[in-house]
Amino acid sequence: MSTTDEPIIVAKNLRKVFRAPRGAKWDPIIAVDDVSFELYPDECLAIVGESGSGKTTVARMLVGLETVTDGSLTVRGESRAKGVKHLADRRRWAREVQYVFQDPYSSLNGRQRIVDIIAASVALHDTAKGTTPKAAAQGILDSVGLGERFWTKFPHQLSGGQRQRVAIARALAADPGVIVLDEAVAALDVSIQAQILNLLADIKAERKVSYLFISHDLAVVNQISDRMIVMEQGKVVDQGVTSEILANPVQPYTRALRAAVPRAGWKPVRRERLAV
Amino acid sequence: MTEPLLRLDNVKATLRRRRSEQVLLNGVSFEIGQGEALGLVGESGSGKSLTTRAVTRMLDPAFRVDGSITFDGASVLGMNASALRKYRQKDVGMIFQDPRAHVNPVHSVGDFLTEALVRDRGVDQREAERRAVALLDEVGVRNPEARLRQYPHELSGGLLQRVMIASVLLAEPRLILADEPTTALDVTAQSDVMAILDEQRKARGLSLLFITHDLELAAACCDRLAVMYAGEIVEQGAHVYDTPTHPYTVELLGARPDIDAKAERLPVLTYNREIHERLKAEAMA
Amino acid sequence: MSEQAVTEQASSAQTQAPAVAVKSDGEHREPVLRRILDRLGVVGVIASVVLTVIVIAAVFAPVLAPYDPNFPDLMGALAGPSADHLLGADALGRDILSRLMFGAQVTLAGPGLVILLSTIVGTVLALVGAWCGGRVDAVIIWVLDILFAVPGIVFGLIAVAIWGPSLFTVVGGLAVAYIPYVARVVRGAALRERNLPYVSAAWLQGHSGFGITTTQILRNVQPIVIAQAVSSLGFAVIDLAAVSFLGLGVQPPTADLGLMVKSGFDSTLRGYPNEAIASGCLIVLIVWCVTVIGDRLISNARSV
Repeated sequence: MSTTDEPIIVAKNLRKVFRAPRGAKWDPIIAVDDVSFELYPDECLAIVGESGSGKTTVARMLVGLETVTDGSLTVRGESRAKGVKHLADRRRWAREVQYVFQDPYSSLNGRQRIVDIIAASVALHDTAKGTTPKAAAQGILDSVGLGERFWTKFPHQLSGGQRQRVAIARALAADPGVIVLDEAVAALDVSIQAQILNLLADIKAERKVSYLFISHDLAVVNQISDRMIVMEQGKVVDQGVTSEILANPVQPYTRALRAAVPRAGWKPVRRERLAV
Repeated sequence: MTEPLLRLDNVKATLRRRRSEQVLLNGVSFEIGQGEALGLVGESGSGKSLTTRAVTRMLDPAFRVDGSITFDGASVLGMNASALRKYRQKDVGMIFQDPRAHVNPVHSVGDFLTEALVRDRGVDQREAERRAVALLDEVGVRNPEARLRQYPHELSGGLLQRVMIASVLLAEPRLILADEPTTALDVTAQSDVMAILDEQRKARGLSLLFITHDLELAAACCDRLAVMYAGEIVEQGAHVYDTPTHPYTVELLGARPDIDAKAERLPVLTYNREIHERLKAEAMA
Repeated sequence: MSEQAVTEQASSAQTQAPAVAVKSDGEHREPVLRRILDRLGVVGVIASVVLTVIVIAAVFAPVLAPYDPNFPDLMGALAGPSADHLLGADALGRDILSRLMFGAQVTLAGPGLVILLSTIVGTVLALVGAWCGGRVDAVIIWVLDILFAVPGIVFGLIAVAIWGPSLFTVVGGLAVAYIPYVARVVRGAALRERNLPYVSAAWLQGHSGFGITTTQILRNVQPIVIAQAVSSLGFAVIDLAAVSFLGLGVQPPTADLGLMVKSGFDSTLRGYPNEAIASGCLIVLIVWCVTVIGDRLISNARSV
């Protein structure tokens, strides 16, 4: 990471309020409140928090799955706060920021062979570079560790880890500058999680892609991220270089999160006593 | 030592298909003593959840179960329908990974907690509610009286899991089966729920069979660990976490990222079926 | 735990890393025929065989039928079953078996056309509504609700009142009436699919709404579309036969099962129930077959 570069993503005073639709009676929910951050080329920024902290909402706003209520959000200088209208915009955005979902089961279409899933993205974004989309797709699948015997399989014939590799391959097919990983390893077994984390590190080294890594697991965040921001109830409560924060957490909420991670000699603690 | 509360002896579960048979549990043996907690650790497909299903006899009829499962001296596999119902109602309590899938969304929390007491134990409604409130308070649910009027969808995952624990404790079982009870929760909620489960279990002297994929978590909450691979227990005992001897356990422990030290590269499991079969053959020889 | 859960459990055990007793994925290579037979079950297979026999008899009626269905033999009018006329003859002495075979052509093709048209239009409306949402969806639902409120046969009668009695006007009218049945079911399924992450993922990839709907959503709701179409076929057979019975659909002398029930009904009053029983039974048999097959397909489509 070199912070002298221009940031790819700049979020300033980002705010998202969910209001009840007409007829429903609930108070507006402030999901994201005054969040600012930058994402630089070739770095991994982690957004850490519990469910309900707004971390996923930030990621969804970034790719246009949610609109921005207030504040500014730019990717390579272009504002994304207004949401997408045209197909051409959406395609251009997709080439800049890709998204990997938490659940590798439902984020792949069960009726498409995996090579076809990837080839469709390659064709759409014209990233084949001299070969056919299918050949390019096979190459990408190879690079995420899915060799020839997997190419013609359907998602349901694969394990969770293999499916998450397919999802990562699909993201790579657009050759993006940023990949948003939304709890992308949370649902995986420990051994598979390690493989995927290594794979992500390899991809990053090879392609100089940036990650926005959404997670609640500080051990994983420590392994993969360069910088992190900690969110609690929509607000940023802590941010900085991951290794520094985790080596010496100052903010009480960060300390509580860190204390909750199981490790050698650890004992579970009740929350009332946890925050202290 | 006295007779263990739950004992599995060489349990084998075979899935019968039209033209083939698949052995999904292959000679699983372990014991859980009164007041003891056993952590059954394994990855997806290792057979840990099948083991809990076998213990409660909730495996699909397509499975053939061999070996013996004894609870407090009685053979679980030999129980008739009424004995089985009594065993499931009174002796074992189950906590699941996804509490939301195991509560009726149109019943209030109060109904959910008191229903079994009133129906099966003949406790009157007011007394049942009093007990439920007391227990919710013990498991750290604030405003328990108000919670009784709420519905499951109004509670967070962590809170709902505490309600599940309370409901299991209300039935006063002797053994708790907890199948990945915290996998769907955040780390803080996980710590919280496990602490409550641990403290309530110890206070009541209950036994626990704790199913998880997280060795660290299991080590923190259990007296002994059993590590499963491919339907078999490869290693068990109190030593497993601190001084693992089986290569699979060693690798599994290494694969988890460490919060205190960033690895250059995470070690990847090299253990596979082939090594597994070879080790088994060597052990036999 | 259902059968499906078992296979799920087993297949997850099969695919996940430290799987037990991994055998090749033979499970997925099961022949298509075997899978279809499993879906249909014994009763479904019987229904399929019966329906196939009827369809073959109808399609090859010009070759197979023992007599010209419209050739009157007044000497043999109202004859009972015999070696010459297996099911007897009607009031004009026409061979009932031959007329059944030719009549089945119309009785199968008419409803088939009704379902084909209504399924195409209904599916398109459903997918458009599910994808666009908002006002477009609201208008579509509104139209469907209005169509839903009017019995199918009334549409057939309205069409006849406007364009005069013929098979095609009735088919057109009924096709409109059947749109909401297909559209509602498909819209529900499509909405469910639309909310799944794989659709969001495709959207984020930059695929167009049209592309996602046709290549992704349609593909996933297709079993439900087919199942719904087959099970509606039974109702269409009855509705069309009813319109013919009223004399507003197929016009004599063309053979049609509904018409035959009608003419058989007149003979019955004279003490010769042959024609009415034969044609009535065939209608019931056809309806039973398609309903059973549709039912099996639906319950399997839902559990997919």
